[in-house]
Amino acid sequence: MSAIEIAHLVLADGTVFEGEAIGAQPTNGVASGEVVFNTALSGYQEIITDPSYAGQIITFTYPHIGNYGVTAADDESPAPHSRGVIVRDLARRRSNWRSDADLDAFLRRHEVPGIAGIDTRRLTRHIRDAGAMPGAFGTADHTALLAAAKAEPGTDGIDLVASVTCGAPYVIGSGPRRITAYDFGIKRSILDQLGAFATVTVVPAATPAAEVLAQSPDGVFLSNGPGDPLQVGYAVDAIRGLLGEVPVFGICLGHQLLCSALGATTYKLPFGHHGGNHPVRNIATGTVEITSQNHNYCVDADSLINAELSHVNLNDHTVEGIRCTEVPAFSVQYHPEAGPGPHDARYLFAEFDDLITRTGRSH
Amino acid sequence: MPRRTDIESILLIGSGPIVIGQACEFDYSGTQACRVLKEEGFRVILANSNPATIMTDPNTADATYIEPLDVDVLEAIIAKERPDALLPTLGGQTGLNLAMELFHAGILDRYGVELIGADAEAIQTAEDRGRFKIAMAEIGLDTPASGIARTIEEAHEVVAHIGLPIVVRPAFILGGKGTGIANTPEQFEKLVKFGLDASPIREILIETSIAGWKEFELEVMRDHADNCVIICSIENLDPMGVHTGDSITVAPAQTLSDVEYQKMRDAAFACIRRVGVETGGSNVQFALNPANGDMVVIEMNPRVSRSSALASKATGFPIAKIAAKLAVGYTLDEVPNDITKKTPASFEPSIDYVVTKVPRWAFEKFPGQASVLGTQMQSVGEAMAIGRTFPESLQKGLRSLEQGRLGLNCDPGEAEFDHLSDTELLAAAAIGTPDRPFQLESLLRRGVSVDDVHAATKVDPWFLDQMLIITEEREYLTTVGLDDMIAVDWRRAKRLGFADAQLAYLWGRPEIEVRVARIAAGVIPTYKTVDTCAAEFEADTPYHYSTYEDEDEIRPTTKPKVLILGSGPNRIGQGIEFDYCCVHASFALRDAGYETIMLNCNPETVSTDYDTADRLYFEPITFEDVSNVIDAEKPLAVIVALGGQTPLKLSGQIPAELVAGTSPESIDLAEDRDRWNDLCGRLEIPQPAGGTVTTVEQALAVVDRIGYPVLMRPSYVLGGRAMEIVYDEVQLRRAMDALAGFGSLGKEGGLSAERPVLVDRFLEDATEVDADALRDHTGDFLIGGIMEHVEEAGVHSGDSACALPPYSLTPATIAVITDYTHRIADALDVRGLINVQYAVRDGQVFVIEANPRASRTVPFVAKVTGVPLAKVASRVMLGATLADLREEGLLRDPVVGDHVGVKEAVLPFSRFPDADAVLGPEMRSTGEVMGIDLTFGLAFAKSQLAAGTKLPTSGTVFLSLADRDKQTGVKAAAQFVDLGFAIAATSGTAATLADHGIPVATVVAKIGEVGGIDAVELISSGQVDLVVNSPRGRAPRADGMHIRTAAGSHNVPLLTTAAAALAAANGMADSARHPLRVRSLQEYHLGVTRAEL
Repeated sequence: MSAIEIAHLVLADGTVFEGEAIGAQPTNGVASGEVVFNTALSGYQEIITDPSYAGQIITFTYPHIGNYGVTAADDESPAPHSRGVIVRDLARRRSNWRSDADLDAFLRRHEVPGIAGIDTRRLTRHIRDAGAMPGAFGTADHTALLAAAKAEPGTDGIDLVASVTCGAPYVIGSGPRRITAYDFGIKRSILDQLGAFATVTVVPAATPAAEVLAQSPDGVFLSNGPGDPLQVGYAVDAIRGLLGEVPVFGICLGHQLLCSALGATTYKLPFGHHGGNHPVRNIATGTVEITSQNHNYCVDADSLINAELSHVNLNDHTVEGIRCTEVPAFSVQYHPEAGPGPHDARYLFAEFDDLITRTGRSH
Repeated sequence: MPRRTDIESILLIGSGPIVIGQACEFDYSGTQACRVLKEEGFRVILANSNPATIMTDPNTADATYIEPLDVDVLEAIIAKERPDALLPTLGGQTGLNLAMELFHAGILDRYGVELIGADAEAIQTAEDRGRFKIAMAEIGLDTPASGIARTIEEAHEVVAHIGLPIVVRPAFILGGKGTGIANTPEQFEKLVKFGLDASPIREILIETSIAGWKEFELEVMRDHADNCVIICSIENLDPMGVHTGDSITVAPAQTLSDVEYQKMRDAAFACIRRVGVETGGSNVQFALNPANGDMVVIEMNPRVSRSSALASKATGFPIAKIAAKLAVGYTLDEVPNDITKKTPASFEPSIDYVVTKVPRWAFEKFPGQASVLGTQMQSVGEAMAIGRTFPESLQKGLRSLEQGRLGLNCDPGEAEFDHLSDTELLAAAAIGTPDRPFQLESLLRRGVSVDDVHAATKVDPWFLDQMLIITEEREYLTTVGLDDMIAVDWRRAKRLGFADAQLAYLWGRPEIEVRVARIAAGVIPTYKTVDTCAAEFEADTPYHYSTYEDEDEIRPTTKPKVLILGSGPNRIGQGIEFDYCCVHASFALRDAGYETIMLNCNPETVSTDYDTADRLYFEPITFEDVSNVIDAEKPLAVIVALGGQTPLKLSGQIPAELVAGTSPESIDLAEDRDRWNDLCGRLEIPQPAGGTVTTVEQALAVVDRIGYPVLMRPSYVLGGRAMEIVYDEVQLRRAMDALAGFGSLGKEGGLSAERPVLVDRFLEDATEVDADALRDHTGDFLIGGIMEHVEEAGVHSGDSACALPPYSLTPATIAVITDYTHRIADALDVRGLINVQYAVRDGQVFVIEANPRASRTVPFVAKVTGVPLAKVASRVMLGATLADLREEGLLRDPVVGDHVGVKEAVLPFSRFPDADAVLGPEMRSTGEVMGIDLTFGLAFAKSQLAAGTKLPTSGTVFLSLADRDKQTGVKAAAQFVDLGFAIAATSGTAATLADHGIPVATVVAKIGEVGGIDAVELISSGQVDLVVNSPRGRAPRADGMHIRTAAGSHNVPLLTTAAAALAAANGMADSARHPLRVRSLQEYHLGVTRAEL
């Protein structure tokens, strides 16, 4: 038996779980953030490195995590932004030809703390019923953890995008199109998909519309990202300036911001959608796509203006995609790029390419 | 797309008898399909020859044909019923093959029957290996490269193209003869030569060897709108080379990164689309090179399968049910998810636990057959276990097998490999056998590294490391000891799946002390829910498993509850018949207002369908696991008498006041030989003379008293395990030695002071009779059925054909049997079912044994008589009287009609070519069929056809009979001659026949004798249409075995008893007189008379 270090997870409502410390040692033995759960059976590395998890602690509902190790090729961003991971069981030995390190070492290297041995199903059921809530975990005592959980602001009212966006523009991909991508926390998988048909200029979240339009891109992409769309008003302003000027495609936070720019309102879901198995209906074709999802906020369907619903979630009937009726723009709430998750909706990148063609703005 | 309105009636073909590779899972899928289609308002016509199924209950389909699954019979059913459509994908390979035969014979066209689900083109693309390879190449998926060679030169050309290592598979061989793997050019040369020689047509298939690659399976569903979803991924613990049905499999896949998984998912969708399965479930098998991720498609089943049943139980997603809906026009998003109710079926289940399936084999019953696993499935059943982690589910799975192992280690069996050196054990573990998981553990326990074990066995290091965690925990627990265990130790051990019994063994303490200490430490199981969605949504469905976590999700109600214990993994002697009884109990008790709770661990069954009972606990059937559920649910009664020996064994361990029906005291009275003998003496019911022994000396003393031959029976076994007829002292000593050996390893049938051996005088040439009866607490009694066996006593009742009603017993004998049965039931104060076995010789009735529980014949009796015995029994066990149930309408009188039912056993000898295909006191059949018609002969002939023996209408019958069979044999031979058959016989038999004036056309020489054709040559040359060969009591069986093997390998119908030959002759005579008629069970239950012949 290797020595284990007892750790606890305390939620803001006082619920306590016992486990053991894994990954990096958090400062003063306390890690805190908004606790969410993800139901994907594979893809833990992509999830941990997805910048959209900034400010959040990720609970994996699948009990064995780390089985196939990690590999640099699967990173969704250069470094994780999540505040911690909660697992039932961390594999002590990895096995997969692609892996170059084990998950525990990866967490330590990236200073991501974790807690294992948790009854993650109990935690998931609790969050499902009580909603996503702040929590703190670590080796510190109960009082310290509870205090940290209560002090944790969660994701409401905070501009988390500012903490994950790039500092300066950069170019990636070598396809014939010229696309400018707003980085609200963009995933590598999205850049891979865009880069397959375009040369992509990635710009910081606060880049004004005029600056983008000055470069005359064929299309503008609005990326995924963490947190509350209401806190990224500057991006909404920029999008207003772009709509009608250039074809726009948005994913996840990008979708919420596009809808906000159109005048729609957003709200917070009780515990969000985080997983790889949500059915979404493509209203135009009637077919069902199994989708990768990661969001806590959502667009209010009744508030949509100048846009029609293109995709709907079949589990809870929330808005999954819209198409602008007046301007060449569309967006989806889910993740067609997958990474991790099913590839069913990758056709949307081709549709973006088509939209650019139809709009006739190609260079 | 809504339900189709252009079809009104649908024919379903079931999978027939339980055989290796095709078991209860198709009763589960077929029953779901029938129910769904009926609910949708279709007229459902069902053909299935297996009476022990829920599917063939008269209310499952609208018209139920328990008829042989044969093209001519099916054509008769189609001609009579004129179904609009045939759904071929829910009845296993049998159903699929028959659908294709009907298609190719033009029958579907002729009667305008549409194939729904998958069309002929799709089925052919998936089933024809050549076409499948081409189809996969078209969509860019790799399959193992291969080529065919007829000469060594051609073989060189093939290997030049595909490279080494390769597998050689000779064409048209039996049981893998000449198959092998070549890694070097030298091995290749040798193997090719050997393979060409082994093939009767000198042709071999050379295929890239992917032995040692990792094997995965994806369960796919597709609807008319081309929506595709994956229900479950499965990873095999055993690397490629072992049939997936014989592998330990784990869901979900454990060692695939998302990148690889999604690639596999895309490939599975491409595969189902290219093959063209329009709607329904399919499974696609993949192999992955662990060194570089290269992926090949192994095969695809265009139908629901054993794996889809497993996937359904593993995820809670009912694949067959949904497949049936999709087949009649619905799309996935139009079908609600049963479990969440609120979300649609168009999603992919997410699970938050680990499922492990462990196969159960029966090699011990087939001496001569090496217990080596390979590309052909050999297991007879499986257990599934759910745990939050792999170690927990693996250990639960292993103890669910009930083969004497309590888990991965910590039991007497863990010492089994101690005598082997590391090198020897590594070499042994490199070969797939039932022992492999325990060999792996043994290696790790000795300190052989995960890397070394992986290198030798190719079992993935992740799985090995998880096993090592169990082994390390064992070492730790040894150092702690029971008295120093604290809560955190208990919790860790239980989370790794250690049973109390394992810890008890480890510490040398009684299990109950361990249990008490653990509970005192506050460590008790928590029950979690299988909900398809990893708790993301609230689940409605009460489908649970135990684990050791913080939160228990069970909220027991205050309704009166009954816990029904199932029968565990299928095995020879205990299978679907008992599941049928448990399911019926659940239905009947639910109807009567009880809340029913099912506990079982067999993923194939209807009983583990989550809506069969009000709650389902997917748990091993052990004292600990059952007690835990009793503690959690506090049922008012526990039913132990319907699931066979498995739950019955627990009757003495659970609180006696909870045991429903017949008391544990009475159960023990029937099982304890001495007390039973006293009882029979008191009741003045004759028994064969005998005694109970634990040593050879005692056995010899008994034989001195009663004389040879004797029947030796271990106690507390099932299906005549290790039962033997012994003719002399040498045989007796050998048998006692073997049983003592089992005892030391804790194996089934093992001899010990608590489990003595019964030695009884064996009654040669007696007729065996089974009686099933019911008695209530007021003493009211009724006979369910009295069945006369076709084969004489000495053939296990489970392997013998039997007729209901009896075809030759006199009314006086039947009256005696009825009387004895009644007296025994009274003496045992039976409340519920009792089965009594008798031997009748020269008009005298001897009682062999009584079992105050459901028997294997209960469903057969119910199908023939229309009386729902198991339902009535379950109510009686809970206190209802037969009079109450008559009034209620549940208990009806037996159908009045002239029909006869014949149950015939189906034996797996073709899977075990090295074992002798002869019947004996040890049961070896895997399943049963029923023939039903208006004469015994017709019903017997149908039962033979249903069991795969198509009796000839002309040609030559070959007879080779033991002396004691010659009298009956002469009668049979005379009938064969009357029917126009020519007779061939061995010299002794021929002489007897000639003495009786029966002309023998061909007299064959003894095998190996110079001059003249011998029996094997005659059979092999195709000149024989039916072989009758009965083994000779104590004489060497070698000649007979050659004859039987020749019949088996040349597909000549074989009967191994004179009694069966006589019955067959009757059947052939009746069949010649009366044309084939099919009638539904519903028609029979209204009463059909001989006038309708």
